[in-house]
Amino acid sequence: MADIVWTSETLPLASGPLQLRRSGSGTPLLILHHDIGTLERLPFYDALARTHTVLVPSHPGYDGSERPSWMRNVRDIAVIYQALIAETQLRDLTVVGLGFGGWIAAEMATMAPRGFRKLVLVGAMGLKPERADIADQALLSYIAYVRLGFADEAVFERYYGAHIPTERLEQLDLNREMTFRIAWKPYMYSPTLPHLLGDVATPTLVVWGREDRVVPLECGERYAKALRNATLEVIDGAGHYVEMEKPDVLVRLIKGA
Amino acid sequence: MHLMYFTEQPMSAYDEKAGLDFGATALMFSNKYFDPVAGSRLYNEYLEQYKLAEEVGFDGIMLNEHHNAPFCMQAKCNVFASILAAMTKRVKIVLLGNPLPLAEDPLRLAEELAMIDMVSKGRLVSGFVRGGGQEQLATGVNPAYNRERFEEAHEVIIKAWTETGPFRFEGTHYHHRVINPWAVPLQKPHPRVWIPGVLSKETIIWAAKVGYPYIALSTEIEATKKIWELYDKVAAENGHSGGPEFRGYLQRMHVAETEEKALANARQFMWMQGEFTGLAHPVWSSPSGYFSPAMRKAFVEYAVGRRSNPRGAAFEDQLKNQQIIAGTPKSVIPKLRRLLEETRPSIIGFWANDGFVSAQDTRTCIRLLGEEVLPAVREIGKELGLWSPFEANAPTSRAFPAPARPAGEV
Repeated sequence: MADIVWTSETLPLASGPLQLRRSGSGTPLLILHHDIGTLERLPFYDALARTHTVLVPSHPGYDGSERPSWMRNVRDIAVIYQALIAETQLRDLTVVGLGFGGWIAAEMATMAPRGFRKLVLVGAMGLKPERADIADQALLSYIAYVRLGFADEAVFERYYGAHIPTERLEQLDLNREMTFRIAWKPYMYSPTLPHLLGDVATPTLVVWGREDRVVPLECGERYAKALRNATLEVIDGAGHYVEMEKPDVLVRLIKGA
Repeated sequence: MHLMYFTEQPMSAYDEKAGLDFGATALMFSNKYFDPVAGSRLYNEYLEQYKLAEEVGFDGIMLNEHHNAPFCMQAKCNVFASILAAMTKRVKIVLLGNPLPLAEDPLRLAEELAMIDMVSKGRLVSGFVRGGGQEQLATGVNPAYNRERFEEAHEVIIKAWTETGPFRFEGTHYHHRVINPWAVPLQKPHPRVWIPGVLSKETIIWAAKVGYPYIALSTEIEATKKIWELYDKVAAENGHSGGPEFRGYLQRMHVAETEEKALANARQFMWMQGEFTGLAHPVWSSPSGYFSPAMRKAFVEYAVGRRSNPRGAAFEDQLKNQQIIAGTPKSVIPKLRRLLEETRPSIIGFWANDGFVSAQDTRTCIRLLGEEVLPAVREIGKELGLWSPFEANAPTSRAFPAPARPAGEV
């Protein structure tokens, strides 16, 4: 993947500076990362960048970006990304939301019911499960919480190494603090979102790892039902981080959807 | 000097092995191990001990609260404060304190505290704390806004106490359509506020700026000196001089008739292990956003088990550095002299009994403190000029410089 070149930029939005990495060319994909932030390079990102313009913003307050101390709600981030889309004049955009980023993507879709080419929600938070709970990171160490999202321990180590350096732990802590600031109560869902999903006409692909221990599969079923134009794909051998455990499968689904 | 009696009110009657097996005695340690029959007995024993503390000459009784943990049975310090308000006659009721950020409605606290002040005929000292890390989780309060909530709830309470209602309060975290409580403190300008703390510089700086005494909770002597250095520096920058009447210290200290017994009982101070956290679980005791950003590195390493509790130290080390004092009245007094000479506080809390110390040994300890230790400490205090805020007629705060006094004879 050495031929894939990523560039970084900071977009001076009025709500605050937005950190953004970009690569590739073709119809654009906006990828929204998890609550744990993201590793800088993923085979998943690179594979998509071969055929698409790929934009990976850091959510405000995550991964070293400036903390918007005024922010109180996950929906605020969705509004900021609508500003990003307007500012960069992205057309025919597909939004891919991973976990927490999936919640943001779902909020964005409710604001622009026909605004996207496609919507892809992967293990998305945002809806309250009825039979179980979304895993509470407040009770888990930084490492244990990341681990929980993998079906396969070995894959966790392949991405994060056997020893996570303190600097990354500090970043995980800062990301967690930002998550608390905007999603503490109710934890990891919006009580109003389910009532707004029904008018979203954007074709949607809901993808879930069969072994997702962070967000119950039940939430995927609820998304697929609540959205007008959605299908659910359940991936065997994957947990919450489908893009790290089964990148090829997910890339194929995104390209084919 | 102002000398107070303190106990964490340990809920020691639980299955210790169950706690050790679970690996933590806080937050998620199941309350199936809480025995309400033992709880009822212990609460009543503690009340008797407070009564005795007043009888033997303590100036104040210090209360606190914690949640979901056997190391402290008080889930609401205002409950014991209310009981003591009616049950005692002379002692100050010193709350160190109400955890402000945990309050969803600080106005409610303002009312409760005003009631306690009136019932006690103006004996309330109303300290405020941030609450321990895991208590944010126990009460479902966002740790990321802990300090903002602390300062804003404080503002609501002081306004409710000092401004006539009705008025409206629109803050960031608290919103009150009408503030107009029909319960206001007897003491004017308002009851004294003392701020305890152990680690956060931010709290020391805040207390010094506002002009409240700071109570160092069982820190080492050298660390305590650094606290006063910082406090006095900030105080000077904000137009007051600091000094003994702004300095309090909580001393873990057990006295008994023999050295051996005192030492054996003092070991019980280790019962609660990780200082504020029972048998601490590092993740729960340091939720993201709760601790000072300057400590982030230390706490993230602690949270994943790469370093020991930044607050912890071994029993022997704590004896050596006087964080714990144990002995007969005769042997502890020189150690207290050293504490007073080196750190010059005017407020001392004696945290005298913890863990499984028997009710009888506890009473002996309180009696020995009252009869032999307190008079000696008062003499040393006089010699060193350590006048308490009451003796020094110290200002209530920078904003309200008059010394707090009852509005009239009751």
